[in-house]
Amino acid sequence: MPKSYTVQNTDLLDTQTLEVNFGPQHPSTHGVFRMFVELDGEVIVTLKPVMGYLHRNHEQIAENLTYLGIMPYTDRLDYFNAMTNNLGYAMAVEKLAGITVPERAQYIRVIVSEFTRLINHLSLVGFLLNDLGAFFTPILYAFREREKILDVFEEISGSRMMCNYLRFGGVKCDLSPAVLETMKKITRNFPKFLDEFEALLSKNEILCMRCQNVGVLPKELAVNSSITGPVLRASGINYDIRKVDRYSLYDRFRFRVPLGRKGDTYDRYYVRVLEMRESVKILEQALQDIPVGEILNPKTAPFAKAPRNFKPPVGEDYGRIESPKGELGYYVVSDGTPQPWRYHIRAPSFINLTILEDICLGHKVADAIIILGSLDIVLGEVDR
Amino acid sequence: MEILDSIFLNTKKIFLDLLGCWLPDWMILLVNIGIIIGVIAVLGPVIMMYLTLLERKIIGRMQNRIGPNRVGIFGILQPIADGIKMFTKEDIIPQNADKIVHFLAPVLMVIPALLAFAVLPFGRGMIPVNLNVGLLFFIAVSSTSTICVFMASWASRNKFSILGGMRSAAQMISYEIPMVLSVVPVILSAESLSTYAIVEAQARWSGLHWFVFTPWGLLAFIIFFLCGVAECNRSPFDLPEAESEIVAGFHTEYSGMKFALFYMAEYMNTFTVSALAATLFLGGWEGPVLPSWLWFFIKTHALIFVMFWFRGTLPRFRVDQLMGLAWKLFLPLTLINIFVAGGYHLISDRNFRVAGASAVLLVSFLLFTVFLNRKYMPEKRRYDLVD
Repeated sequence: MPKSYTVQNTDLLDTQTLEVNFGPQHPSTHGVFRMFVELDGEVIVTLKPVMGYLHRNHEQIAENLTYLGIMPYTDRLDYFNAMTNNLGYAMAVEKLAGITVPERAQYIRVIVSEFTRLINHLSLVGFLLNDLGAFFTPILYAFREREKILDVFEEISGSRMMCNYLRFGGVKCDLSPAVLETMKKITRNFPKFLDEFEALLSKNEILCMRCQNVGVLPKELAVNSSITGPVLRASGINYDIRKVDRYSLYDRFRFRVPLGRKGDTYDRYYVRVLEMRESVKILEQALQDIPVGEILNPKTAPFAKAPRNFKPPVGEDYGRIESPKGELGYYVVSDGTPQPWRYHIRAPSFINLTILEDICLGHKVADAIIILGSLDIVLGEVDR
Repeated sequence: MEILDSIFLNTKKIFLDLLGCWLPDWMILLVNIGIIIGVIAVLGPVIMMYLTLLERKIIGRMQNRIGPNRVGIFGILQPIADGIKMFTKEDIIPQNADKIVHFLAPVLMVIPALLAFAVLPFGRGMIPVNLNVGLLFFIAVSSTSTICVFMASWASRNKFSILGGMRSAAQMISYEIPMVLSVVPVILSAESLSTYAIVEAQARWSGLHWFVFTPWGLLAFIIFFLCGVAECNRSPFDLPEAESEIVAGFHTEYSGMKFALFYMAEYMNTFTVSALAATLFLGGWEGPVLPSWLWFFIKTHALIFVMFWFRGTLPRFRVDQLMGLAWKLFLPLTLINIFVAGGYHLISDRNFRVAGASAVLLVSFLLFTVFLNRKYMPEKRRYDLVD
């Protein structure tokens, strides 16, 4: 993969490159992201990602809040996946304070994070097709399914997107039998929707032409740039934290990790479709086996009412999960006070974005847009 | 049926006869021309208005939505509300823009779109001007819109506009060639360039002897229609105004009524291209039972519906793939199609010529896709599922 692309200048014709700013206001940079692009005709010569337009000082704010007070702020990181953001943070603090989580709560956590994965991948495929130029049809089909899941989230947590549902040592509210039934129904019907969705998209000639062999991410580059998540797995590297760490209850469920072989945009698209199918399998098992019991560790239950009393012992810990976008890690340092002394996030969107220039060079403008789309960034998480 | 068929012609005749009581002959002639011009000038914007509504409704249904339904019943007044909005919007001219060209471009854009209506046969005897080079006129006029698009993009002094304008120029010139070549078999068969004569050449078999029912006609129809879609910058060939890539392409810097004029030209082009495809290959106003103008509108709208359908379902091509399609597939196929059509007319045995023409075209289609366009074929992918 060439790191640089040279302008092919013939003696006959004197040409110049064109410098264009894609963003921060641009329909398909997925927020306020800026790509400074130098173009030779339509071909990209250099590309510099510029970020920071959505910087909200998340980490600094968090250091002045109580541990529980940070929880709603994590919702706003990657605003598509509030539940997994909560989970990563909760796991980091639980490790730090040595809190155990009851089994039912663990099941609920797995269920909500797999639903979150469905939401994220659905939106990703929809937005990717929008970047490809389909006039909103795929995304509206995807959002129809997403709405059903968001309705469930609203019912269990009170909010559709900013859920703030997890607590240290458990979850906020229990799932009622009616909600469980709705969840089962969504899970049952999801493969049918996915079949229809795929029948319309995966074999479409234009989609194949546009996505195949575009933005190939080689294995070595992916590993060296510490890419994680579906982007890494599309390049053919078997690394899924659900399998590696076996955190929460993921060792109990039978599911497989889909791997691509080439690492191009099409693989990144299709690996996500396959991941949705695996998530449905996990959901089916989890919803089948969910036991009855308490949802919050009784030791931590009082802290929900009085968060300033929650003082983890002095120390540091790192909790990581496989968020839909990759490895989401929270590093928390405690000095024994109600506020964390240091709080840092390893944001998968941000780190996956670092290879953008390497895989875009030499491609056309239109390709850069879909490569960016297939990397799956959310600016809330990139800038924090 | 006879009365319905010529209802518009008779209305005009009665009106002119009435005027004839007071006015001299030369004035009647002028009034006749004035009526035709007036009808076209009104028809254009009206078509644009209801096509926007139709498109939003149809695509809405394709996307599980209802579409506009707030203004008037079923939203039928929505285009008028949009028009008022467009009129009252601020008209922004960029500081560094070439102000005269920036102003001229949208105005000039509408003119070819309106001129193209002049040679469309709307029904039996209902053709504004029966030019004996009607088809040539249509092609010549519609190709001038490239200049307006380029004027708009260059005058805006915006990089996205320039990218859009470059794409537009390349695309329209490329697609013009297969489009023109694909109508040559029709001219061969009808022995005329007049659109009216071409329709009459398809009058046999009680108005069902359409050119699309011959092997060369079918191929030419498909190529002509796809090139037509590319000519009016519609999805999946909407690269000059690709929203996800270059914001709005050549009309990025236009607002208010100027933007509306671009929009109007686009929808009128959609209509005229569909109408011409219906005229050339689907028998125009020929057809059994129904009045001729109704047939014309049914066929045209069927094709317009297909265009909306494309927009609702297909992603966009990339610029090199777009060029590849025109130069590597459409162009060679149309060239072969001309020879096939020539041979088709020389051979008198009907079964033999149909079978022969189909075989030649099918074989050449496969050859061209395999040899020239192999790299665009979808690859088969395999995925490992590991534990």
